[in-house]
Amino acid sequence: MQSRFLMGDSLFSKVWKKHTVRELPTGQTQLFIGLHLIHEVTSPQAFQMLRERNLEVLYPKRTVATVDHIVPTKNQQRPFSDELAEKMMQELEKNAREFGIQLFDVKNYRQGIVHIIGPELGLTQPGMTIACGDSHTSTHGAFGTIALGIGTSQIRDVLASQCLAVARLKVRKLNITGSLGKGVYAKDVILIIMRQLGVKGGIGYAYEYAGEVIEKMSMEERMTICNMSIEGGARAGYVNPDQTTFDYIKGKEFAPQGAAWDKAVAYWKSIASDPDAAYDDVVEVKGSKIKPMVTWGITPGQAITIEETIPKPGDFPVDERPNIELALRHMQFRGGEPIRGKKIDVAFIGSCTNSRISDLREAARIFRGRKIASSVKAIVVPGSQLVKRQAEKEGLGKIFIAAGCEWRKAGCSMCLAMNPDKLSGAQICASSSNRNFIGRQGSPRGRTLLMSPAMVAAAAIEGKVADVRDYL
Amino acid sequence: MTRYIHDAKGTGIVVRGDDIDTDRIIPARYLREITFARMGEYAFYDERFKEDGKKKEHPFNNERFEGASILIVNDNFGCGSSREHAPQALMRWGIKAIVGESFAEIFAGNCTMLGIPVVTLPHDGIKKLMDSIEHDPSVEIAVNLDDGIVKYGKNEVAFAADESARKALIEGTWDSTSLLLSAKEQILEKGKALPYITDFDA
Repeated sequence: MQSRFLMGDSLFSKVWKKHTVRELPTGQTQLFIGLHLIHEVTSPQAFQMLRERNLEVLYPKRTVATVDHIVPTKNQQRPFSDELAEKMMQELEKNAREFGIQLFDVKNYRQGIVHIIGPELGLTQPGMTIACGDSHTSTHGAFGTIALGIGTSQIRDVLASQCLAVARLKVRKLNITGSLGKGVYAKDVILIIMRQLGVKGGIGYAYEYAGEVIEKMSMEERMTICNMSIEGGARAGYVNPDQTTFDYIKGKEFAPQGAAWDKAVAYWKSIASDPDAAYDDVVEVKGSKIKPMVTWGITPGQAITIEETIPKPGDFPVDERPNIELALRHMQFRGGEPIRGKKIDVAFIGSCTNSRISDLREAARIFRGRKIASSVKAIVVPGSQLVKRQAEKEGLGKIFIAAGCEWRKAGCSMCLAMNPDKLSGAQICASSSNRNFIGRQGSPRGRTLLMSPAMVAAAAIEGKVADVRDYL
Repeated sequence: MTRYIHDAKGTGIVVRGDDIDTDRIIPARYLREITFARMGEYAFYDERFKEDGKKKEHPFNNERFEGASILIVNDNFGCGSSREHAPQALMRWGIKAIVGESFAEIFAGNCTMLGIPVVTLPHDGIKKLMDSIEHDPSVEIAVNLDDGIVKYGKNEVAFAADESARKALIEGTWDSTSLLLSAKEQILEKGKALPYITDFDA
């Protein structure tokens, strides 16, 4: 490890210090949370706890609510046909009203997946601390924030005190050098990182993503990378803010305006990692070596390139074999088989990982002038109402429909199946989402293959796992 | 009101496997409720029940482990979604402490917030503990936070735990709301000092 003596500070360290209210007797930090995002699934119990303890929301204007997980993506007429979902909606509406919190519901053009709308509305800004009762809160780190996924009791803490009691994380810098080849996307970069460092390699760390590959990426690509930090065990992931960041934020609805803009940019620049910052660990990944990736198992770390064969239990240490065998059994795969050519039943393009306009553009590029296989059901779900509007303006919606896909309304959809979009039986799904856990897409026997949106499009066309590079 | 947690005692239950994620602990479709009250019924639901509702073989269905309150697990337990519904489900099923090889961070934090100690033993220590409980589920296990020891039968093993979590449990600040609010003046000062909270003084 580098000596910290006379070395610079990382963004993580600077933002942490700026938001430290005090050190707690437990050794944790009392950390001020600059932006709190909530949704319908993990917040109702927190508001109930506030009522039971007779507590108020300390900074109602620093919390913003939206609805995403349970929202149907076909018919959003209220009341929702699912009574449980309708009840959750009403509960959030009641809580927002009672505690004076701004809510973007399905009738509001700002509604969408919480990690899509924060950035696209300009709520997410560099140098903030952000918390949300959702593990993919790490997405917001793309802007140079410390963004933490939290549980419901912690939502209660943030509502009541605008603070969290948290232990400081170590920082690992991931240097992605060189450049990416044709057909290789941000999703492939993060999947190769999961594979190399493992799904628990990041426990105790925040990941700082850096290097030429990251610097050249758009904000949307950076969000895809930061989004899946948690799949590698890292509770937070971030990218230092730069001109790309500032250009993205400028003009957004909740972005600083007028005289505030220049001051904001000065603050944002000041919190970026110093060139001589100290890190607890540094890892290098060669961008030019990354290929289109597909998961074959039941964790996001169980990923291989499109050119590889599915591993055999014997390839792993003895202790790890039971989990590999479980994965193969669940997926109904045999070690040694190529992943390319594996038949799919469903194709899903959406989720907080890959449902932004650039994801839809890449998918549309593959779908344009082609048809999906007759055996495949494909759904394309924009991450927000604003993404949907933009996609339609560009004619992307029509391309999806012409290809035979269903073009839906904004929501989390089939990423986690808390809504009508789910797999049935042992269906196998090519998915642009973030988790291939057993049962994740709504059927206990359902199977998920994670890949980039363009790879999902290629798989939908062929009816089997395909190499998107053949289409470019 | 304050509850000081110095230990957890009871018989054990073993759930083997690495990377058991919170979707497996409680599938998302059972999160469509506005309270945690019924979460205990859904613990490991898809691993315990077939699609037709018939029971599958699972430790949580096994009479040998009935009444158990100390859960023993392997590596990276609780990875994935931040849903507090997962530890809520385990707690409401009857789990009072979890001993494992390692835990995902958000899950471990959520457990602490509910007053559930999560402590770790090395791979071999977990293997021995698991074997011992499966051999004789009536063995009493004690997780003692004060001296950092897991006792079972004649065995005493030193565990590792996040020090701040251990302190919070012992000192009764694991439910952190009142601790955080006790610095209200400092919180408000911090709010004034952060440039974006004051719209950059523009």
